[in-house]
Amino acid sequence: MRADTPETARVDFVRAAKQAVFAGLLALALFLPLIGFQTVQNMRNELVLETRWELLTVMILLIMAASLLTSLVIEPWRARRAARPIKPVEAAPPSPLRRWLTSAALGFVLVFPVLAIASNGLQGSIKWIDNFGIQILIYVMLGWGLNIVVGLAGLLDLGYVAFFAVGSYSYALLAKTFGLSFWLLLPLSGILAAFWGVLLGFPVLRLRGDYLAIVTLAFGEIIRLVLINWVDFSNGYAGISGIPRPTFFGIPFTANDDGFSAVFGLEFSPVYRTIFLYYVILGLALLTAFVTVRLRRLPVGRAWEALREDEIACRSLGINTTNTKLTAFALGAMFGGFAGAFFAARQGFISPESFTFMESAMILAIVVLGGMGSQLGVAIAAIAMIGGTEIMRDLDFLRAVFGSGFDPTQYRMLLFGFAMVVVMIWKPRGLISTREPSAFLKERRAVSGTLVKEGHG
Amino acid sequence: MIDGRDPVLRVEHLTMRFGGLVAVNDLSFTAARGDITALIGPNGAGKTTVFNCITGFYKPTEGRLTLAHGDRAVWSSLDTLTDSGDRAIHADGGSLFLLERMPDFLITHHARVARTFQNIRLFQGMTVLENLLVAQHNRLMLASGFTLFGVLGLPAYRQSEQEAIDKAAAWLERIGLLSRADDPAGELPYGAQRRLEIARAMCTDPVLLCLDEPAAGLNPRESAELNDLLLSIRDTHGTSILLIEHDMSVVMEISDHVVVLDYGTKISDGPPQAVKDDPRVVAAYLGVEDDEVEQVEAEVGL
Repeated sequence: MRADTPETARVDFVRAAKQAVFAGLLALALFLPLIGFQTVQNMRNELVLETRWELLTVMILLIMAASLLTSLVIEPWRARRAARPIKPVEAAPPSPLRRWLTSAALGFVLVFPVLAIASNGLQGSIKWIDNFGIQILIYVMLGWGLNIVVGLAGLLDLGYVAFFAVGSYSYALLAKTFGLSFWLLLPLSGILAAFWGVLLGFPVLRLRGDYLAIVTLAFGEIIRLVLINWVDFSNGYAGISGIPRPTFFGIPFTANDDGFSAVFGLEFSPVYRTIFLYYVILGLALLTAFVTVRLRRLPVGRAWEALREDEIACRSLGINTTNTKLTAFALGAMFGGFAGAFFAARQGFISPESFTFMESAMILAIVVLGGMGSQLGVAIAAIAMIGGTEIMRDLDFLRAVFGSGFDPTQYRMLLFGFAMVVVMIWKPRGLISTREPSAFLKERRAVSGTLVKEGHG
Repeated sequence: MIDGRDPVLRVEHLTMRFGGLVAVNDLSFTAARGDITALIGPNGAGKTTVFNCITGFYKPTEGRLTLAHGDRAVWSSLDTLTDSGDRAIHADGGSLFLLERMPDFLITHHARVARTFQNIRLFQGMTVLENLLVAQHNRLMLASGFTLFGVLGLPAYRQSEQEAIDKAAAWLERIGLLSRADDPAGELPYGAQRRLEIARAMCTDPVLLCLDEPAAGLNPRESAELNDLLLSIRDTHGTSILLIEHDMSVVMEISDHVVVLDYGTKISDGPPQAVKDDPRVVAAYLGVEDDEVEQVEAEVGL
């Protein structure tokens, strides 16, 4: 029941005003040194203290307005919503919509290069296919790979980028040193990454939760620091350049007479290589998805999910939890290694700069945002996060709003962080939080996310 | 081999110490094949510790825990096995397993001892059917060629998966949960979760089923249903059952043999009626001196 009497309404208003004043005072205390004062260097290299009272006032008024808005509009609305009787959530059978959506998405990614060329011309499409298509698909693949470890097995891995690095350097070094082909080195890089996954897996098997996260984080940093400091091996900070590019089954993408364009009677353009790379990473990503979907329905996949739910119960059912965890680590690492090999082949140049903790955090954010364990959710999150940051590179229209001095690229990460916070408030368990059962007797009904555990690490 | 019956589990001189605390002190008892053996005692008597030692969740400080499959003649190899340092021996048409030497998951996998937990441990976010499929992990793992054939989608695996589903469905029918097979286990009512946990343990095809307070929190009707379920498991599957229970109606009604623990020490061992009348058991439960037992019994109306 909502209290609608005038007294309570006035009391609410007084309380809201008090809260707004309090928020304003707090903002004043915080912003006075941060925004109110500014030090600027003048012509004689002296630091001069300047004041920005107008900006400070605007900021504090904004905070107070937000506080008023929250207590007068948002909170009553939330209270009304909470008071509404909760409808019993009928676990609906998966709607045909999702199936249809998956097919439509698959169709779209298959014809994406054609659409890009049709709308932007041959040269103009490179940006779209490369920056959006390939870049997003790399992260989709990494997200799906990490999803096995974090989403299915419930082992929090903060150093996933290490396996991406192992795959990249495996391809770069073996291709440069021995001149082996991309198609041979692709599986080899995956196997090497899986090997390192097992190597990491062994010492951390006994760890759970926060402790596991810290050790995997350290592992990611160790790999990066070794790559930086072992100059003889990896050429340190300078990185490895001139990595052989993949060929179209032996036909290189060059302007020569035996190049791809000449052989197929086309005018030379770098776009052909980009399109080829696009389909390679699309194939790799689809392979990851296919294998993961298959594995979920196999005993090993079910054991991963059971491990996430309750490790002690798993052991009481005769499941070797050591092996189960190691296979999750190894498979996740293997897909990371595939993606890494592709990344090296696409860039032609790699350096430890590409494998910082920020990348691990990004991939983990994709998995968490998408909904742990959900393939579709992870794909959507990767598109939103990577595509979103790319789109925010050209937000020139914002200049029209905020004036010509506004540089949208500087606010990219801020907007991005804000968007993430909003999504986590709106959908705390990720975009797709329901779990699809791996087997069913009569009908497949999604399991509500509130019942599914996140794992203890 | 007490009173000439075929033992399935023999516990000898089991001692478990946690630092200075002696949770189980020199406990020896035998569970006969095809029997329901109950382990009872007041709170903190060490019952669950005994279970955790048998199922490998604790490594006992001292003692020998032997489980036998097949022909009873295999018991003659016990000393050979103990001296050899191996975990198991296969001889005379049977097998012996020294449980204290095995890790927990192998005790379920090879020695085929299954257990349930005092606080139910179902996979709550998985469906009822999935819970029973996880229990058949080892067999399905073999059928899927350790995942290799399964990923390729070979028909041999699909067939064994169908068999696993059929087996799960048969168990769901028995525990009356067939209609809820596709619901998440966490949504089941408490009594149904208890039954499901027992069915899940049974899906591992155990020789010995260890139940930790299966009747805890059940209403009288559910408790009676549980009795029927346990008796039918014993009679139709030949699975021996070892159970911890507080509910005396369950213990007295279905158990063939009762072992009573108090402060980690065995105070009584025998058929239910004999144990019930044992003055030491009455004293342990009611907390009186031995010479006052008759008086208390009279008051309670025994």
